[in-house]
Amino acid sequence: MPKSVLLIEDEPNIIEAIGFILSRAGYQVISHGDGTTALDAVTRETPDMLILDLMLPGRGGLDILRDLRSASATKDLPVMMLTARGQKHDRDQAEHLGVTAFMTKPFANQEVLQQVQTLIGDA
Amino acid sequence: MQGTDRLLYLSVRGPMGPTVISDGSVNPFNKAPLKNNLFVKESVNALAECVKLLSRRRSKPLFRWEFDVSKSALTGTRIRERRQALNLRQSKLARQAEISASYLNLIEHNRRKIGGKVLIQIARALEVEVSALTEGAEESLLEALREAAGAFRKGEAEVDRLEEFVSRFPGWARLIAAQNRRVVAQDRNIEALNDRLTHDPFLGEALHDLLSNVTAIQSTAGILVETPEIEDQWRNRFTRNIHEESSRLAEGSQALVRYFEDQVRAADTLFTTPLEALDVYLSSNNYHLPVLEQSKAPDETITGLIDEAAELTTPQSRSLARTYLKLYYSLSRRMPMRDVIALWAQSPDPSQLSQAFGVTLSEAMHRLATIPSEDLGQELGLVVSDGAGALLFRKALDGFPMPRYGAACAVWPIYQALNQPMVARRALVETPPGRQMETWTVAEPVAGLRFDKAPILRATMLVSLDSGSLSGERPVQVGTTCRICPRQNCAARREPSVLVE
Repeated sequence: MPKSVLLIEDEPNIIEAIGFILSRAGYQVISHGDGTTALDAVTRETPDMLILDLMLPGRGGLDILRDLRSASATKDLPVMMLTARGQKHDRDQAEHLGVTAFMTKPFANQEVLQQVQTLIGDA
Repeated sequence: MQGTDRLLYLSVRGPMGPTVISDGSVNPFNKAPLKNNLFVKESVNALAECVKLLSRRRSKPLFRWEFDVSKSALTGTRIRERRQALNLRQSKLARQAEISASYLNLIEHNRRKIGGKVLIQIARALEVEVSALTEGAEESLLEALREAAGAFRKGEAEVDRLEEFVSRFPGWARLIAAQNRRVVAQDRNIEALNDRLTHDPFLGEALHDLLSNVTAIQSTAGILVETPEIEDQWRNRFTRNIHEESSRLAEGSQALVRYFEDQVRAADTLFTTPLEALDVYLSSNNYHLPVLEQSKAPDETITGLIDEAAELTTPQSRSLARTYLKLYYSLSRRMPMRDVIALWAQSPDPSQLSQAFGVTLSEAMHRLATIPSEDLGQELGLVVSDGAGALLFRKALDGFPMPRYGAACAVWPIYQALNQPMVARRALVETPPGRQMETWTVAEPVAGLRFDKAPILRATMLVSLDSGSLSGERPVQVGTTCRICPRQNCAARREPSVLVE
């Protein structure tokens, strides 16, 4: 069974691009675009890892990360956070909350793939 | 003299009122006969010119020429002028003031600061009020220059010779003050722009959108390049995505350029905050807007006033101005100017106005500050502070300067009022040059009181250049702001003064 990646991101074209890259590498990619219901999606999909955008409609990535780390089922779930340059304060806060890795926008496709492989292994 | 064909009066109209100093036939300083009605004496060269001009017009039976020194002279200069007008010797005045003649000489040449007891004694000897010697004596300019000196490394400017400098080079002094204002404004612009880059919600969102566009384009383009065997369906889809994202990127870039253009326009006006822009706008209108007072369509009038105001360039400053002008209109309706003037003439007490017009005390004080001093018969300043001590409104007076940036003097009664909400107080204050003024203060809740909620307070202080009925009481020693305040042993001091070694 392929390993699954839940991508919480609200930009459809980024979802499509990352989804294509990871799918071609053999991962199962599920996307979700709303911060408010992101935790429900994690509970429902039980992914092997999460790619989480920092800025999301409804609820920000940091709040979602905080809830993930306080729940026993998701406290060790690998989370890669998508951030932009100049968001040092947010990155510091994410590190404090227990983020596993960062990916800075804009990123190269190979970087994303390598990072996913590092965090959950080959598909 | 009267009845002769060449009667010429010269008088100096200073703060002490018109004083005849010569009928034109003799030098008023040494009583020597004047040749062609011409006398020349240092600082009164202007008078000499007047005499010269007037003496050519002999056919006129009577001339009265008043030379107004109140606008330009420093305190020392005024003391000298007054002493000379009284034909009083320097040594005699020094004796009466209990100081040495050489010290008085330094004071008269604006080379020594004067205030407190010495100033009072000199004023008494010269038979004038203290305020007559200090009122409007370029105090704002001196404050501005102290600020300029304080902005740079200590020791480079001779702050102790500031008055001498202003006296000798008034043009250069004004230029330095203006340049310092510009430098400070530009520094604050840079600070504000830095803050904006970090915290501005529009900019944050716009940059996030741009980065998302670029990320999508880079990632999608990468897929097309790195996957030559890609199916046509995917290729077409990704090509369309790149086109979409490129269009969004173009739109986002244009929006950002427009945003920065607006910022540059706003920065050009040198008003870094909406409050400051409103301050400058109101100050340039002398805080009085007759068009609005007489308006029958206030909303349209307010929009027109804002549109015409060169100072109100940003949406924030325009919004703030609209709120203020609505308050102004409301006050002018509830407290008609003519009625306020009449009542103030009978009883110069803001609480009387508050009761008579059924308005809050702070509203009454605010209304007073919107009426021109020539109509009210009294010059009034106004300060409004929020609970954090930030000045929300400033109508400064010459003689009671208010800091343009940063915190004001913590001893000002307005801050004491915040400790005792709803208690109206009067207090006599004294500024460092020894000038005494009457203040009225009150702190009132901004909105109505709510159960279990702390009130949001706003304090208002009205300042009169007269000491009023409080004259003779012990004044509160205040300053403008610690940085340029010479009072050394002040318990409220926040930072060392640049004026004290």
